[in-house]
Amino acid sequence: MAIAERTPVAQMNRLSPPPRLNGRWSGFAQLLLARMKELVREPELIFWIFGFPLLLALGLGIAFRNKPAEVTSIAIVSNPGAQEIANMIQQSPQGSSIRAQVLDRAQALQAFHFGKYDLVVEPDGRGGVRYIYDPSRSETVLSRAEVDDALQSGAGRKNPVPVSSFVSTEPGSRYIDFLIPGLLGMTLMNSGMWGVGFALVDMRQRKLLKRFVATPMRKSDFLLALAGSRLALMLIEIGLLLGLGMLAFHVRVLGSLWNILVLGTLGSVAFGGLRLLAACRARKIETVSGIINLAMMPMWIFSGVFFSYEHFPARTLPYIKALPLTALNDALRATILQGASLSSQAGRILVLALWGGISFVLALRWFRWT
Amino acid sequence: MRKTYDGKIEAVRGLNLEIQAGECFGLLGPNGAGKTTTIEILEGLLQPSSGQVTILGHTWGTHTRELREWLGISLQETRLSEKLSVRETIELFASFYRQPRSSAEVMEELQLTEKADAWVGKLSGGQRQRLAVATALVGNPKILFLDEPTTGLDPQSRRQLWEIVRAFLRGGGTVLLTTHYMDEAERLCDRLAVIDHGQVIAEGTPSDLIERLGGHHVVEFAVSGGPDTDFNYWKALPGVDSIRHEDGIISLSVREPHNTIPALLDMVRMQNLQLLHLTTRQASLEDVFVHLTGRHLREG
Repeated sequence: MAIAERTPVAQMNRLSPPPRLNGRWSGFAQLLLARMKELVREPELIFWIFGFPLLLALGLGIAFRNKPAEVTSIAIVSNPGAQEIANMIQQSPQGSSIRAQVLDRAQALQAFHFGKYDLVVEPDGRGGVRYIYDPSRSETVLSRAEVDDALQSGAGRKNPVPVSSFVSTEPGSRYIDFLIPGLLGMTLMNSGMWGVGFALVDMRQRKLLKRFVATPMRKSDFLLALAGSRLALMLIEIGLLLGLGMLAFHVRVLGSLWNILVLGTLGSVAFGGLRLLAACRARKIETVSGIINLAMMPMWIFSGVFFSYEHFPARTLPYIKALPLTALNDALRATILQGASLSSQAGRILVLALWGGISFVLALRWFRWT
Repeated sequence: MRKTYDGKIEAVRGLNLEIQAGECFGLLGPNGAGKTTTIEILEGLLQPSSGQVTILGHTWGTHTRELREWLGISLQETRLSEKLSVRETIELFASFYRQPRSSAEVMEELQLTEKADAWVGKLSGGQRQRLAVATALVGNPKILFLDEPTTGLDPQSRRQLWEIVRAFLRGGGTVLLTTHYMDEAERLCDRLAVIDHGQVIAEGTPSDLIERLGGHHVVEFAVSGGPDTDFNYWKALPGVDSIRHEDGIISLSVREPHNTIPALLDMVRMQNLQLLHLTTRQASLEDVFVHLTGRHLREG
């Protein structure tokens, strides 16, 4: 088939102003600009990208902030001698942090099972007591030791070793300190996977990708612009979450901002590759959302966002540590909380780079433009 | 040129077209005839299973980048980003080309200036279609590919789009469009290929094709009364080239209606029939299509 083999006699002579010339990067710049404009004009997206992680950090931070001094609630079964035991505990050095109530046995046990009391003390009527506690609930174990201490010293026990204690609740070791870097990692994963993954599938569905490849647009420019918009959002996300941590919860950032940004960029690249892979062929939003959920779910649970992954069986730890979010969270924690250098995080950085690189190459190979 | 899907369905078979520079060429056919497959192969968006495409002496694969610069494309259905304004969308597409036209000029030409700052999501169907053509024109193309540019538009929007295409042709551009509207093909195209089941069943200028039908005029009438309204009576009338019977209406393709109609009226009287209906009109491509395939265009 041949189209317009001969040049037309009447050459195009439009009354156009002096022709404008586009440089190499004009396509990239416009794509990035358009992407950013679209994001800003999508209010729900702004909430999910920025508002949601902030609210989560704020909520969890308040729920788990350090309480003034832990008070132990115990129930004393109303056997003969119960009142004496209560008095003895009150007068002991630990008395101020123990709140004791005298109840009948059934009531005391029921309230204990519901978690209202940390320990049930049952006087045997001959001056001795029986402790009822649950070894799987750490606070009941603590209460038992504390109450026992109080009782023994209240009864006149002399400690053979003189001891003194120092209270340490310095910023850097609290739950919120653990939480903020984890949330940062999770936010980078979430918004990257959802924001761009959905956008890509949506554009494919609208045949916009097809329309784009029908122009001289460079495909690499298109993907770079998507990545660029993610990096710009990443800067804002890191700024907001760290800012919130520092202002509201006095999280101390020991590492340099530069190192944090390098890690954030690496994380974005790793998740960028993954989401491209997730969205590289899907034609429907439902498909891609399933794939993304499948990929993210294990990382929410195993990668130590809300609690340390050290709780999982030791055999699983090598696999958990190979997950990109685990590597990112660990590296962010080490950098933010302990001021670790980038070179000390080389292993984790390698994990991120491998995830990003391999998924990116695969995604480009399989990418469906039409 | 051929295109098969999954090795089974042949969307396009043995298609061969030559499109001249500076002309408006139309691919005409019902839905599913293979028009879109054909135009997308020409646009380099689909690979032909066999065959070759040459555009301005270049082929896809070896000169992809140059060809992309020269072509302006409007796909059958593209939903552009709804949250970008008209100006932003045109600017975006302009940025992909080495030497684009000014967005303001293109908007002026396509009567979109008023809507320059409106979001795409707020545009009417006609405005969206003009914007789709604007994104094709802003690259300053030599050839414009339009896949069903006016499907689903109101008459006024269709006429506006025709004007835009004519202006592009006047500027020396080449246009290839697909349509299943006969009137569009007749008014806009210099030459046409009628496609059915992936094959060209007729090719030529619109008037050529109508000429081949045997007559420029169609006389349609309906009669009642006579038990033996034999078609041969009507076929034998002077100047009748072909005859078709459909839904009680008899259509005659005729060369000279002023000879045929009096004879027709005489025949009606002689046979003692009653004339229920009589009209004459210019033959259209619809008649050509029905003549060629026995089906109407819109039936698919």
